[in-house]
Amino acid sequence: MAETFVPLPSLPPPSGSVGVGAWLRTRLFNGPVNSILTLVCLWLVASVLIPLFDWGVIRGHFVGSDPQACRDGGACWLFIGARLRFFIYGFYPDGELWRVNVVLFTAVAVIVALAIPGTPGKRWIVPGAIVGMPILTIVFMHGGVFGMPVVATDQWSGLTLTLVLSIVGIVAALPMGIVLALGRRSKMTVIRLLCTMFIEVWRGVPLISVLFMASVMLPLFLPEGLQFSKVLRAMIGIVLFESAYMAEVVRGGLQAIPRGQTEAAAALGLGYWRTMALVVMPQALKLVIPGIVNTFIALFKDTTLVLIIGLFDVLATIHATIVDPDWPNIATEGYLFAAAVFWVFCFGMSRYSQALERKLHTGHKRN
Amino acid sequence: MTEAKPQRSDMVIEIAAMNKWYGSFHVLKDINLRVRRGERIVICGPSGSGKSTMIRCINRLEEHQSGDIIVDGVELNADLKNIEHVRREVGMVFQHFNLFPHLTVLENCCLAPMWVRKIPRAQAEETAMNFLRRVKIPEQAKKYPGQLSGGQQQRVAIARSLCMNPRVMLFDEPTSALDPEMIKEVLDVMVELAEEGMTMLCVTHEMGFARKVADRVIFMDAGQIVEENDPESFFNTPQSDRTKLFLSQILGH
Repeated sequence: MAETFVPLPSLPPPSGSVGVGAWLRTRLFNGPVNSILTLVCLWLVASVLIPLFDWGVIRGHFVGSDPQACRDGGACWLFIGARLRFFIYGFYPDGELWRVNVVLFTAVAVIVALAIPGTPGKRWIVPGAIVGMPILTIVFMHGGVFGMPVVATDQWSGLTLTLVLSIVGIVAALPMGIVLALGRRSKMTVIRLLCTMFIEVWRGVPLISVLFMASVMLPLFLPEGLQFSKVLRAMIGIVLFESAYMAEVVRGGLQAIPRGQTEAAAALGLGYWRTMALVVMPQALKLVIPGIVNTFIALFKDTTLVLIIGLFDVLATIHATIVDPDWPNIATEGYLFAAAVFWVFCFGMSRYSQALERKLHTGHKRN
Repeated sequence: MTEAKPQRSDMVIEIAAMNKWYGSFHVLKDINLRVRRGERIVICGPSGSGKSTMIRCINRLEEHQSGDIIVDGVELNADLKNIEHVRREVGMVFQHFNLFPHLTVLENCCLAPMWVRKIPRAQAEETAMNFLRRVKIPEQAKKYPGQLSGGQQQRVAIARSLCMNPRVMLFDEPTSALDPEMIKEVLDVMVELAEEGMTMLCVTHEMGFARKVADRVIFMDAGQIVEENDPESFFNTPQSDRTKLFLSQILGH
């Protein structure tokens, strides 16, 4: 009679290989050299953080509005509060700030709605926002209709301008990048050549020179009467520049998709566009989410360069304020605040992309 | 056996004097092959003999440079309309399954019927579930391909092709990438399909399968069809020396 095969039972791991003690021992103090390195690192971190904490929090000033309160050398966060309106809205006229708020809150609402899983009608929000947001932005922020006085784009500044430039850049650069990436891999020689040229030209030029050209050279070539504002020109420059980068990120994803995928789609009778839209792009874009978000983050920070053509983004407003004689020695607080603002947005994007990656991770999962 | 010429409409695939080159390398040489409706053909031969390339020409995954290929009465040429028609009517199963990893099993099966045949989702899903039951994995419908074993994935791939209701099925070494334990479950599905009268062309080294279901076995080497015969004669009294050598190598142990 045949023996029945019974696998051995699984045993618990040996004691001392799991838990906090084991973690400390194996990760931080496994041997004399690593123990010394751990202590040195702890001392370095402490010697930076403790004075910073002392200056910024313990001796810091948080309430009030009087510059005199900050004479004792602690951090003067009052200044940020006092100038916050300028940092956010820049030179936008005082009585019209609600118009900016309408646009910013709508944008935030759209982003939050998209980030929360299970929002009803999600498939209508994206096309709705792509069509609706630019209209809303122009109607409210520029004005000139419904009795709202015109606020010229020269007056768009501060965080508002940073957000307008970067959201437009992000929303426009991704689809343009996808089209360029597909074009660069096209079998049609002329299309491939044009897309390759476009990408290489824009990638080969620094953003600063793109902005200079947009602000100084472009008006010379355009006919009289067809002049559009500096903000719009900077916007176009940023979109074209970043779409070239985006195209290469997307192309990296396309190249990682095995040929069998397009062959299987073709064998099922799907044409080129459906194969791309339903089979290849969803996989390729998922693969390059880190690269796409990397480009978004770079774009967000690159908008600070518009300072060079005389536009006032959030960094420029802070930069301009710290020379205020009423508030002496305020540079550190100002720049720390600028850094914090940029960090919050970039870290937010980073976290969102990680959540997205986890959500979309189906390819190699086995459970 | 009567010598009456088969009606043209009986022919699902007609390949005449077909040649193909990769650059200057002549991969397929003067291929002539006619496949009747309901016929089951097994193609074998050493690796590099052009057997995969040949069946990939039948749905234009590979382009031939001379000769004619007529599938389901439609000639394969540069005309995209013709290519799309042929691909709708010809299903293909690949060595590496090529399921879409970002879609569930059910979505894999419904994609082409919904987007190519314009069948409403509910109806496409119903058809898909029927075919998934036939390949005996309806309980996996909501899983992703990455969660299935190789044999299960290949059965999903077969179901996905069948959902398009094809007239011909092409199999390109469907069991070569599978663990030995899983080969049988895929072959069982293919045998069942053959018994239902599906027109099939299989590139495979499964000689047991060939004996069991094939109407004809084709042996290829160096881009040519060396020999074709019914399985009985093919295995027992091979004509060419090359065929004998090949058979002795694969059946020798």
